[in-house]
Amino acid sequence: MTQYLFYPGCAMESSARAYAASLASVARTLDLDLAEVKDWNCCGATEYLGINLIPAYALIGRNLALAAQQAKQQNGSGAHTLVASCSACYLNLAKADHYMAERPVLGDRVNEALAVGGLGYKPGTLQIRHLLDVLINDIGISRIREKVTRPLHGLRVAPYLGCMVPRPDYDHRWSDHEQPDELDRVLRALGAEVIDFPLKSECCGGHMPQISPNTAFELIRRLLQGADQYKADLIVTVCPMCQMNLDAYQDETNRHFHTRYRLPTVFFTQVMGLAFGEDPGALGFGSEIVDARPALARIGTAPVAAEPSGAGPRAKAAGLPMPGRRPEERER
Amino acid sequence: MVDQEHFEPVIIGFTCNWCSYRAADLAGTARVKYPPNVRLIRLMCSGRLDPTFVLKALAGGADGVLITGCHPGECHYLEQNYKALRRFLLLRRTLVAMGLEPARVRLVWASAAEGVKLAHEIETMVAEIRALGPLRWRQNGFTPDNAHDAHAFAVAAEEVSA
Amino acid sequence: MTTQPQDPAQPKEKIGVYVCHCGSNIAGIVDVAEVREWAGQRLAGRGVTVARDYKFMCSSLGQELIEKDIKEQGLNRVVVAACSPHLHEGTFRTACGRAGLNPYLCELVSIREQVSWVHTDKHAATDKAKAVVSGGVERVRHHTPLEPLRVAIHPATLVVGGGIAGIQAALELADAGKKVYLVEREPSIGGHMAQFDKTFPTLDCAACILTPRMVSAGNHPNITLLTWSEVTEVHGYVGNFTVKIKQRARHVKTELCTGCGICQEKCPKKVIDDVYEAGLGYRKAVYTPFPQAVPKYPVIDVENCTYFRKGTCRACEKLCPTGAIDFAQKDEVLTVQVGNIILATGFDLFNPQKVTQYGYGRLANVFTSLEFERLTNAAGPTNGAIVLRDGKTVPKSVGIIHCVGSRDRNFNNYCSAICCMQSLKFAHLVKERTGATVYNFYIDIRTTAKAYDEFYQRVLEEGTLFVRGRVAEVTDAARLPGEEGKLILQVEDTLAGKQRRIPVDMVVLSAGLQPRADAKATAQVFGLSCSADGWFIEKHPKLDPVATMTEGVFIAGCISGPKDIPASVAQGSAAAARVLSTIDKGEITLEPVRASINATQCSGCRICNTLCPFGAISFLEADRVSEVNPALCQGCGTCVAACPAGAISGTGFSNDQILSQIEGLLMLNMEYA
Repeated sequence: MTQYLFYPGCAMESSARAYAASLASVARTLDLDLAEVKDWNCCGATEYLGINLIPAYALIGRNLALAAQQAKQQNGSGAHTLVASCSACYLNLAKADHYMAERPVLGDRVNEALAVGGLGYKPGTLQIRHLLDVLINDIGISRIREKVTRPLHGLRVAPYLGCMVPRPDYDHRWSDHEQPDELDRVLRALGAEVIDFPLKSECCGGHMPQISPNTAFELIRRLLQGADQYKADLIVTVCPMCQMNLDAYQDETNRHFHTRYRLPTVFFTQVMGLAFGEDPGALGFGSEIVDARPALARIGTAPVAAEPSGAGPRAKAAGLPMPGRRPEERER
Repeated sequence: MVDQEHFEPVIIGFTCNWCSYRAADLAGTARVKYPPNVRLIRLMCSGRLDPTFVLKALAGGADGVLITGCHPGECHYLEQNYKALRRFLLLRRTLVAMGLEPARVRLVWASAAEGVKLAHEIETMVAEIRALGPLRWRQNGFTPDNAHDAHAFAVAAEEVSA
Repeated sequence: MTTQPQDPAQPKEKIGVYVCHCGSNIAGIVDVAEVREWAGQRLAGRGVTVARDYKFMCSSLGQELIEKDIKEQGLNRVVVAACSPHLHEGTFRTACGRAGLNPYLCELVSIREQVSWVHTDKHAATDKAKAVVSGGVERVRHHTPLEPLRVAIHPATLVVGGGIAGIQAALELADAGKKVYLVEREPSIGGHMAQFDKTFPTLDCAACILTPRMVSAGNHPNITLLTWSEVTEVHGYVGNFTVKIKQRARHVKTELCTGCGICQEKCPKKVIDDVYEAGLGYRKAVYTPFPQAVPKYPVIDVENCTYFRKGTCRACEKLCPTGAIDFAQKDEVLTVQVGNIILATGFDLFNPQKVTQYGYGRLANVFTSLEFERLTNAAGPTNGAIVLRDGKTVPKSVGIIHCVGSRDRNFNNYCSAICCMQSLKFAHLVKERTGATVYNFYIDIRTTAKAYDEFYQRVLEEGTLFVRGRVAEVTDAARLPGEEGKLILQVEDTLAGKQRRIPVDMVVLSAGLQPRADAKATAQVFGLSCSADGWFIEKHPKLDPVATMTEGVFIAGCISGPKDIPASVAQGSAAAARVLSTIDKGEITLEPVRASINATQCSGCRICNTLCPFGAISFLEADRVSEVNPALCQGCGTCVAACPAGAISGTGFSNDQILSQIEGLLMLNMEYA
C-alpha cells in the first residue's frame, strides 16, 4: 500500500474538525495511509504572498522541506506524494514547488532561508496533490463504489470545488478548469443525486469576509442562489475555507440580502463516510452552523422529480436531442 | 591545429527533399536564425542515406553529422525513413564503439512545416558539438579516401581505444 | 569510388558559377563579389572557368548571361548559387536547355534560404556560401546528361469527396468528356452544403443551387458515382494509379430500388443522425440522409438495424414493393485505373464541448452553428422554425458567439474564414423569422470577399447588436433579477470598456472548421502530407494552391484549410483544369530520378528486393540478378544506399555526386586544386 505524506493545515484542527474526523474514518475504510508531516507550520494561506514573496515562500518551503525529509527517511514506503485536504494549502504548496523550479533565483533565496534552519528543498522532489485527486485517481471510483453500504439515494447535492483546486492546475491533473467533474463522479458513486452545479469552480469569497464583507456576501449569495435554483439539499465542498464561508456566513448573507437560504454545507468526506455506513455523529455532522441533519433524512426517500419541471433551466426537453455528454460522465 | 578557444564546428546535414529540406527553406522564408555551422545536402529521402556518407563527412573533417527525415508514418516514400532509423541506430552503435561521442551523429525528424523546429535542433546540436570540441579524425589518420575502407577503420579503432 | 582528384591541370569540365544577389536578399548578408572572386580563382583547378555575380539571376537578363556563356565559352556545367532549388531549379535548367546544354548538367545551390536569410554574421555567412558553392561545383562535375521521363496519362480521374468542391471538379472533367470516379463516404453526395438553408451573402437557398449540381453529377454518363464507399489503397504513380475502393454493402439492390421511401417510413428504428442532421434530428436505420439525396437509394445502417442486431424485424424487406432489400449483400472492393486524383474531403466542425465555459452539451439551449443550420433549414427537424431545444419555444433573444475554437491559443490559432459571414447570416435569419433581439459577440469582423461587407452593413441596419469581446462564460446561474431561466453571457465589452452580463434565450456557437479527424490516415493512403494543424499542404500556397507535392494528386476545397463555398467551387474547377491539361497533353514529363541496377555488378543477394515499398525491384531468376522497373521506381534511393555491392546507382543522386558534394562542402577540394 502506498503511503502518502499528509499536510493537514490549520483548519483541520479547528473550524474543519468535521473534515478531519470524517477523513480519518474514510481513510480507514479505503485503506488510505496518510502520514502527517511532522512539525508542519502555516501553509502561508494567501495573504503573505501579496506582501513579501521570499518570506512567504520560505514559510511554505519549510513544509515542503520537512515533507521531503520525512519522505526520504521513510523511503521504504516510496512515499513522495504530499496530500493536502484544504484547497488553499494545496494551492500554496503546489505554487511554491512550481515557482521555485520555474524561477531558480526564487528557489535559491528560499533555500537560503531554509538553510538557516538546516533545511532545504529541491523543487520537483514531491508530487503535491489534493485529497480529492488521490481519492479519485489512485483509490478509484470502483473501490469507492464497492465500499458503499448506505447509498445516498434521494439526497440532492451540489458539488462545489471552489476556485483553487482546478486552477491553475500546474500538473494537468484535473479534467477541466471550468467544469471539472471529479467531485460529481465521487458523489454519484455514493448514490447521491448530483446536480449540474454551474458555479462549482467559482470563488467562495476567500478571506473577503474579513476584508470586505459586502464583496464576500455577494459571492456567497451567488453560490447559495445557484444551489437553491437546482433544489440542492446540501452543498458538498472539498475545502475548509469554502465550507466556512458558505456555512458560517450564510445567516449574515441572508440578513444582508433579505433572503432565506438554508443550505447546509458539508465536506465530501462526511458524505462519503455516510455512504460507507458510518454514524453521522462520528463524521462530524451536527458541528455545522446550518444543520445538515434534516437533509440527511432524505436519504433513502424517492428522488424529487428528476429535474424541477419548467422551473429548472435545464429541464429535459422532449423536443430536440441533446448533444452527447463527455465520455467520463457516462460511467455510471 | 584547431584553435580551441574559437572552435567553430563544421556539421554536415543530410535532408530529405520532401520534408526537412523544405523545413530548411521555411526557416529561411520565415527568417528564423540559426548558427552557420551546418552545411546541408539534399537527398530525395532519408532512406538514401548510405552510412558511408556519414563516415565520409566525419573522416573529411566534419565535427558532426545531422541526419533529418520525415516523421515516422509521414515518409513521402511510405516507410523509407524507418530504414534510415535502423541504419542510424546501427551506425551510431558502431561509431560509439569506436569512441565517438553519440551526440556527434544526430537524427531529427522535421516535417515541411517545422522550420522553427529544425532551426532549434541545429542550434542545440551546434552548442553540443561546440562543447565536445573538435573531432580531428582527419588529423588522426583518417583520410577521405580510406574512410570507407574497413581496414583503415579497424586500425583507427584500435588507436582510439588505445 | 571515383572521388580521386582528377588531373588538376586539365579538368574536362568547364563550369560556370553564377552568384545571385537577389537584390539585397542575398547580397545584404553574403559578400557576393567575394564569393564570385573566390570561386573563379580557388575553384579554377576544379573546372570553374567562368564566375559571375548578378543582381537577379532569375531575371531574363540573368538567364541570358548563362546562355551566352554556354554558347561563347563552351561551358558544359553550370552552378547557380541563389535561392532554393524548389523555386528556380526549373528556371535555370530551362535556360541551359535553351543554350543547348543538357538541363540536368545544371545545379542550383541555396545561399538564400540556407545562408543569407538564416544567418546574421556576414563573415561566417560568406564563408558558408563559399562552402555551399564548392559543394555544388564538386557535385556538378559528376552530373550526367539526362532525359526527363515521359509518362502517359490515363484519361480517367478519381475524385474523392462529394461535397461542392468534389462535385464541381467531377462535373468540369465529365463535361470535358473525361471519365470520372466520384467517391463519397456517406450515402449521398452533397457534403456540408446540403445541410445549409441559406448561403451568404446572397441568401440563395443552398438546396436550390446545389441539388441541380448533385443531379447532374448523379446522371452524368461520364461520372461513375460511388457513394457509401471509401478509397482503401492507392498504388502506382502519376498517369497510372491503381485505386482500390471499398463499396460498403447498401443492403439495397439499386437496380430494383425506385427510391419510393416506404422502407424508411416503415422502419421502426429511430437513430439520432449525427452527420446530416448534426445530431439535432433523427433518421431511420434504413435511410437516405435527405429527400434530394443523390443517388436516391437508401442504405441500411447495420450498426443500428434491428435485424442485424437481433435477427428479427425485416419490416423494410416485407414492405418494399420491388423486393429491393437484400440483407445478404456484402462489401465489395472495386479496382479502378486513373491517371489523376483530386481530393476534396472537406472539414469537420470543431467540437465546442471542449470549450467547457460555453456549456455546449450541458446547457440545452446552446447550439452549434451546424445545429443552427439544421434549425433554419426548411427540411430540418423543425421544418425551419427557430426554436429552443424543447422544440416549441421561439427565442426572444439570441446570442451568437464568433470564433469558437478559432483564433484561440487553447484550440486552433487560425481564423476559420467562414464564421463571421455565417454568424451575420444567422443574425439575419433570426431577425427575419423571429424578430428576436440578436447579439453578435465578435473579436473582429472579417468580411473580405465580394458583397460581404455590404451584407454586414445590412445586418447592422436590421438592428442586430454587436458586442466586441470574447465571451468569458455562458451560464444558467442567475445572479441578477431578470436572469432566471435565461442563459447569461458574461463578456467584456471592449468598446464600452466594461463587463456586461447579457441574458438571452438561445446561444449559437460559431464553431470553427478543423481538418477531418482521419486526415492523417487519408494523407497516408494518398502519399501526401498534412501541416501540423492537419490541413493538407499545397505545392505552393499562393501559386499552386490545388497541386500537392505528389505528382498527379490534387486537392480542392476545405481539405487544405477553411474556405467558403465560392472558394471551394473555384478550387474544384482549378483542380479539374490542372488534371485536364495533363490528360489533353497525353503525357507528362517527370524528373528522371530513378534507380538502376548494373547487372554485371549485382551479386543477386536480393537485399534490395524487400526494401522497395513500391515493388519496383524484382529478381530475375534466370540471370540471378535484380532489376528495377523504372515505371514503378519513385527514386527515393533507399536501395542504392543498401546495395552491398554498389551495383545500384541513382540518377541525380549517385554516390559520386553526394560524396563529392561532401568533399566540396568540407573544402577538401582545396587540396586537390
